[in-house]
Order: sequence, then C-alpha cells, then structure tokens
Amino acid sequence: MPEEKNSNGGNGKPVGLLSRSLSAIKAAASSLKKDLPSKAKQQVDIISKPTKTQVYTSIFRHKHDDTPRNRALGVLSNVFLHLHPAKINRDAVRYSYTWGMGGITFYLFIVLTFTGVLLMFYYHPSKVQAFRDVLYLEHDVPFGKLLRNMHRWAAHLMVIAVELHMFRVFLTGSYKKPREFNWNVGVILLVLTLLLSFTGYLLPDDQLGFWAVTVGTNMARATPLLGHEGPFGAQLGMTPYNDVRFGLLGGSIVDANALLRSYIWHCIGIPIIAAVFMIVHFWRVRKDGGISGPAAVVLESEVKEAPR
Amino acid sequence: MDWKQLWEIISAPDNVPIVALIPLLAFYLYLAWRQASANDQLIAQLEGDAALAKTHHRKAWPFQPGWQKEIHVWPFLLRMEFLAAIIVTIILMVWSITLNAPLEEPANPNLTMNPAKAPWYFLGLQEMLVYFDPWIAGVVMPTLIIFGLMIIPYIDTNPLGGGYYTWKQRKFAIGTFLFGFIVLWVSMIFIGTFIRGPGWQWFWPGQTWDHNRLIYEVNRDLPDIFGITSNLAKGIFGAIVVGGYYAVAGLIVHSLFWRYNPKNYQRMSLLQYSLMMFFFITMLGLPIKIAIRLLFHIKYVWITPWFNI
Repeated sequence: MPEEKNSNGGNGKPVGLLSRSLSAIKAAASSLKKDLPSKAKQQVDIISKPTKTQVYTSIFRHKHDDTPRNRALGVLSNVFLHLHPAKINRDAVRYSYTWGMGGITFYLFIVLTFTGVLLMFYYHPSKVQAFRDVLYLEHDVPFGKLLRNMHRWAAHLMVIAVELHMFRVFLTGSYKKPREFNWNVGVILLVLTLLLSFTGYLLPDDQLGFWAVTVGTNMARATPLLGHEGPFGAQLGMTPYNDVRFGLLGGSIVDANALLRSYIWHCIGIPIIAAVFMIVHFWRVRKDGGISGPAAVVLESEVKEAPR
Repeated sequence: MDWKQLWEIISAPDNVPIVALIPLLAFYLYLAWRQASANDQLIAQLEGDAALAKTHHRKAWPFQPGWQKEIHVWPFLLRMEFLAAIIVTIILMVWSITLNAPLEEPANPNLTMNPAKAPWYFLGLQEMLVYFDPWIAGVVMPTLIIFGLMIIPYIDTNPLGGGYYTWKQRKFAIGTFLFGFIVLWVSMIFIGTFIRGPGWQWFWPGQTWDHNRLIYEVNRDLPDIFGITSNLAKGIFGAIVVGGYYAVAGLIVHSLFWRYNPKNYQRMSLLQYSLMMFFFITMLGLPIKIAIRLLFHIKYVWITPWFNI
C-alpha cells in the first residue's frame, strides 16, 4: 500500500500539530541562517549610501553634488525657495541696490506670527483679564517678557522696513511698467501693516493703548457722510450709535467690544488679508520679471517717443 | 536746557523707532544718492560718446568680459537672505533684552493721558489735527495719501530711470517724493513725537513739559481779517480763496512743469496731468496751511455751516 500523503496520519504514524510546527520552524530557521548574512551585507551596503535609500529619495528629489543643474534644482524643486528664480542678475545681490527691505519685512512678519501665536496662549481679550494677562506674561511666564518685547519691537521694525522698502522702490523707479499693479498691492500692504500695528496697540488694555485708540478712532467720528460729526453726517442721520466709529468699536466708547474686535482683526482678520496680498505681491514680482534691477541705464537719446 | 526732559522723550520705548528711523533714513538716502550720482555720471559720459554707449555694459559697477551676467540664486542670494535673517534676529533679540515694551496703568476712561499720543507712525496725521479739522486730517488726508501713492505708476510717464538709481533723469518725481515722504511725513512725525507736549503745545527739544502752561493765542479766521461777517459771504469768500489757490498754484506749477519738464508734459494725457496737478497742489497746500496757522494764527480759510477748511 502506498504511503498516504496525508497529514491526517497514515500507516499508523500520527502527525501531530507539534511535530508539524517544529519541522516548519526548522525549515524557516535554516533558510534564515542561509539568507541572513547576505541580507545583512545588502543592508550594510544600502545604509552606507544613505542618499540612495527610498526614504531619502522620497524626500529629496534630486542629487546635491555641486553642479549648475543641482544648484538650480535646489531652488526650483523646493517649495519654500521656489519663489526665487534659478539665476539672477549678478548685481542684484549687492546690498546697496535693494537694501533687502522687502525680504526683511516678510521675515519680520514671520517673526510676528510666531511670537504672536505664542502670546495668544496667554491672553484673553476681555476687559477683566487682558491687563492681568500682560502682567502675568511679564512676571510669571518663562521668557514672557522677552516674547512680548520681541513682538512689540518687531512690529515697529516692520513699519520702518515697509517704509524704507517703499522708499527704495520709488527711488529706483521700480514701479514703472510692468510693475504698476504690484506697486498698488504694495501700497495696500503698507496700509495693512499700519492697521496690524494699530489694532495691536489696544490689546494690553493699558492707558497708552486705550488713549491712542481713542484718539485714533475719534477721527472716525468726523468721516464725511459716515460719521456723526463729519460733514453732512448729521444730515444723513448719523448718530454716535450707528456711524462708522460705532462699527469699528462695536460700541460708542472704547470698551470690551472694541477690545474683542481689535483682537480678532489683529490676530485673524488682517493677517489673513495681508497674507493673501503678500501671495499676490510675491507672485507678481516673479511674473513681472523678477526684481527690477540693477538694470542697464537708459539714455534719453534712445527713448523712442510714441507718435501722438 | 532740560536734559532730563529731552532724555525722557528720546528714551521713551515707543519713541525709539522714530529715533532709529531718522539715522536709518539718512544712511539710506546717502546710499541712494551715491549710486544715483555714479549712474548720472555714467549717463552723461554715454550720452556724449555714442561708440562707448554701444559697447558699455551700462552699469556703474565694474564688469569684466568673461564674467557671467547672471549668477545662481543658490548659494549667492540665499546666503544673503540667510545672513539678513540672522542679523535681524540678533538686532531684535538685543533690542528685546535691553528695552522693555511699554506698559502703563490699566486703561481708565476717566483719566485722560496728557498728551494722548497715537503710535509714532500716525503722529504725522495727529499733528495735522492742529491745522485741519478731524475729517480732513483723519479721513480725507489718509485717503488722499493712499490714492496718491497708488496712482503714481499711472501718472509717471517718464520712460527713464526704471531699475537704477538716478537723480538727473527723474528730478521732478524724486523731488516730489522726497518732499512728501521726508519733509511732510517724517518731519511731521518728528514734530508730533519730540516737539508736542501736554495740551499738544509746542515745546522745543530740551524745554520742560509744563502741564500748567497756558498760551494766550488768538486764532482768527481769514474772513474775519477782511471784516466779513455774514455766513453766506464767508462761504463764498472761502470758496474764492481756496479756488484761487488752486488756480494760481496750478498756473505756477504748470508754467514751471511745462518749461522744465517738456517731454513728460508732452507724454501725459489730460487725465494724467490733471490728477498729477491736483495731488501735487493739494500736497503743497499742507505746508502753506501750516505756515499761515503758525505764523499768522489763522485757523480757517473757508467757513461753511457744514465744514471748515
């Protein structure tokens, strides 16, 4: 009788679960014993060239040895750097031309976002809490004073940097064709920067901020047509309780609603609007042909007048 | 000379930015002027030498044949940006460690700060409140500044001077901007920060801020000087004076612009020219109003039942 190929046992020899498992493990162990050295060698080979690993190549999309191609790709294939072109005018990196003020303004915006988010963890925009939160921040929070100082001074520095940036752009005639639209975006960003700084002024809820904002928003009373003290305001039915100042403050005086409103404008509203304009601003810088110069000088004798 | 008072104003933490802005502005003005004069020299040279103009690389900076005209952003620009970020961070760190952000007493609507000042960058507008009613200083003027800035690229028809510093090719544009930015904006901020004390009164630098000082100033309106009493006559008189200012100043500016800037005048359309004129003459009106207020104590020129200018 032929031996049955039957695991249920045959010829009176029972094949139990245990013996079957043991033989399987033996087979697996022997194959491992055979493969392990070669696998380990292979692994060592792979690890010894980390830039060839799948993890690495999935993150970094090109080689980094110093070739012109890789220098270009280093900028173009990086999401944070790809706003730059691969190459620029050799004189454009001279500090004396751009003064770096646009970039510094953007960097300060990042610093302000970072420190601002950290400050938000410690701040409640309510009349009861706001001032105490600032005191708490100054005296108890580790590095709280430094955090608040950095936010304050970065904000002032940003206003200075924006003004100097505009100054440079004007002096180099960089608003001229084809950059007219981007100059306009820049003017809006200047206004948004001032508004960001101004809305932040009230937040410590101290005398300085309170009176600065009171003086500032009192002018809104006098808005022509829309303010109750402005020209033709009264004739149009404006009162302290329905005019444009009421809309700004959420009340007829600088109080809890004004604090909340300036907090929300400061932390959410204006930053989002400014971010959108910044996206357009940077994008247009590239689309309008990169930074404006330093360009070759044009002579008056070369200008061709359009026939009129 | 009250040095303590002067130091108190200069070292007030929120005044530091304007103290910093002035030397920064002087430095960058110098930097721009140096490059502009180098370019202007080159332009004059090239205008006189047509052969050189054909071969020259057209920049005041040196350029050798064989040098590349373009360089890689990585690393040449990125290292500059990285360096700038580090330097700004260091400045900010040092500033934040050495100088504390101001914090006054809790907000108290019943206790008015004297002087109650806006943040430094708005002090120019607050200073304007002395010379104009709030609806002009606080609403119309900022609007005009914003619109005036925005139309600049559309009214500046000068094809020269794009992408390099120059003075001789853009005298009018640069002169106007320097006047608006430095003489009006920055120096008004300077006055608002350093000169104005309690009661928004004029205190020279180093003069003690006297909270009880009273000034007996009699401000008159222009119609009063001419003995005009009726409201209707005042309104008509003011309209004539203001309209006359625009007409006379317009004629003067026009004749100068037409004479000294003929090419730009030719290039500009009627709308471009009238917008430029309006904004330019309105801007010139500011120091004139300031002067007649400070020198002749004239408050209003044009008085109507609805608004006063």
